[in-house]
Amino acid sequence: MSEVKTNVPVLRLENITMQFGGVVAINNLSLEVNQGEIVALIGPNGAGKTTAFNCVTGVYEPTNGIVDFHGKPIVVNHPQGKMVKQYGGINGDLYKDRKPVVHTPDKITHMGIARTFQNIRLFKSQTAFENVLIGTHLRRSSNFLTATFRLNMKEEKAMREKAMNLLEIVGLADVANELATSLPYGKQRRLEIARALATDPTLLLLDEPAAGMNPQETDELGEFIVDIKNQFNLTVFMIEHHMNLVMDISDRIYVLDFGKQIAEGTPEEIQKNPVVIAAYLGVDEE
Amino acid sequence: MKKGNKRLIISLVFVALLYAAGCLIEHTAGTKSMVVTVLQKGAVYALIAVSMNLLNGFTGLFSLGQAGFMLVGAYSYAILTIPMAKRAAVYQYYNGGWVQFTIGVIPALLVAGIVAALFAALIGMPVLRLKGDYLAIATLGFAEIIRAIVQWDTIGPLTNGSNLLKTYPTLKNIMPGNTVLFTFIVVGICIGLILLLINSTYGRAFKAIRDDEVAAEAMGINLFHHKQMAFVISSFFAGIGGALLAMYQGSLQANSFKSSMTYEILLIVVIGGMGSVSGSIMASFLFIACSEWWLRFLDAETVLGNIKVPLLAPGFRMVVFSVVIMVVVLFFRKGIMGDRELWELGSRRGAKGGRK
Repeated sequence: MSEVKTNVPVLRLENITMQFGGVVAINNLSLEVNQGEIVALIGPNGAGKTTAFNCVTGVYEPTNGIVDFHGKPIVVNHPQGKMVKQYGGINGDLYKDRKPVVHTPDKITHMGIARTFQNIRLFKSQTAFENVLIGTHLRRSSNFLTATFRLNMKEEKAMREKAMNLLEIVGLADVANELATSLPYGKQRRLEIARALATDPTLLLLDEPAAGMNPQETDELGEFIVDIKNQFNLTVFMIEHHMNLVMDISDRIYVLDFGKQIAEGTPEEIQKNPVVIAAYLGVDEE
Repeated sequence: MKKGNKRLIISLVFVALLYAAGCLIEHTAGTKSMVVTVLQKGAVYALIAVSMNLLNGFTGLFSLGQAGFMLVGAYSYAILTIPMAKRAAVYQYYNGGWVQFTIGVIPALLVAGIVAALFAALIGMPVLRLKGDYLAIATLGFAEIIRAIVQWDTIGPLTNGSNLLKTYPTLKNIMPGNTVLFTFIVVGICIGLILLLINSTYGRAFKAIRDDEVAAEAMGINLFHHKQMAFVISSFFAGIGGALLAMYQGSLQANSFKSSMTYEILLIVVIGGMGSVSGSIMASFLFIACSEWWLRFLDAETVLGNIKVPLLAPGFRMVVFSVVIMVVVLFFRKGIMGDRELWELGSRRGAKGGRK
């Protein structure tokens, strides 16, 4: 397992600041996720974890900073217009000469970053199978005419096989034709991951994958994440509150508080870090 | 796969039987009979309703511009097909008009669709960035503007201003005695194409956008590109539908394409079920049968014995329709079919009904 891990960064955030009006949601966040790693982002509610994800996936346009993916800048920005005066972060002048780069979320997914959502967002009127099938749409080579006249039969067949295969891997093949929203919570989470995998990502962003799960389900999920990571040669970056899960499977952990990174390190280091204990982990109950 | 094939064959046989029935009815009842009128107009409205459903029901874009695109299609068709010999008479106030050629009926139907699609592509660029109610208002505004522009005197040599366009080939004179068959064939091909699109990977992407835009975008679906595609394709078929309506009516005037026409179609889509092609088709025939035939008596003053029946007066039909709309929206929000198709009934996904 360790041989797939390298020190080649897949995702690199550099001095990312996200400011909404006068509120600085993320303050100069820099982090790296290396090839083959599972990296967790933890912190109290409202610390800016999901905002950080949204900056990477193109939902938000960060006020300042750079996001690199496989060494290529996918987001570059510096304070512009009104924000020049209002800017409350630091390093505001650092990227002044860089041309801003912005991509829409679909473009970012195209590049190989797939995500799941904190509050499950499955396609409600579709079956589990169709949900995964939609994830294969972006790698199509057909246009709407060839698709309408069924000239893409081969591709369509390959899409269906891939979707069914993914459902089997996540263990949902038996409920393929059930309505996605009728599945139990844990299965919906797995389905969301399967759907993300259908887009052929190299980096998987999981936003609280264990939210609402009981301890046993959480354990299973941990194994599951490690499994798919190895099987699909992925790099995983996740936000999670279940500390058992985080400490079990993460290679490294970043801790965020009030938009600022307060610590970084291996699970052992983080558990002992007094700053993290004070801000987030609290005094050990055991 | 085998099961799917069986279902396909059953569906095709069913459709063929419907065509045969349509033909038979016309031959026995005669082209002028009420039932044939209902079949013709119902089929035309079915196409338009399905095209609107593609946008409102399958892609989740609440657009009210259908009458505008029908008008564009109808005018394109009529302008291009008026016989040369009759142009001078039709365009008598505009020195015979600008267009001095004619093309065949089928090419003209295609051009009608393409022109409507071009309009949609142009309007879509600014308008599709709007969401929900705003999109509805903007498209409704477009339909009203296009109706005014067509009647503008300056382009009178093209559109004949606010005068009638007539003498173009109509249903009655291109296939005399087989008007229903002609309408059914054109409408059938168009709806067939829409069905193929809806069941392709693009149709799945449309449904994904309808269900959850944020998730669809995170799945790599370019929202604008796909919305634009749905809008243009829907308008293409609305344009053809408009041309067929012009053929059905026999003469054409921009003033008949009011926003109330869009509401009629919206009513059909809602009654049939948002996201159900077969529902739209059934609702369309039902609606046309009611409005043209079965409920006509509501508009006629009737005297039973020597008592005048109260309420029955011209215009009362529309009151009844309004009540029907309210009842449907309040109690049968999913319409006849919900988001299922006729051929899906009784098969998997039983859990799909009764949920919203």
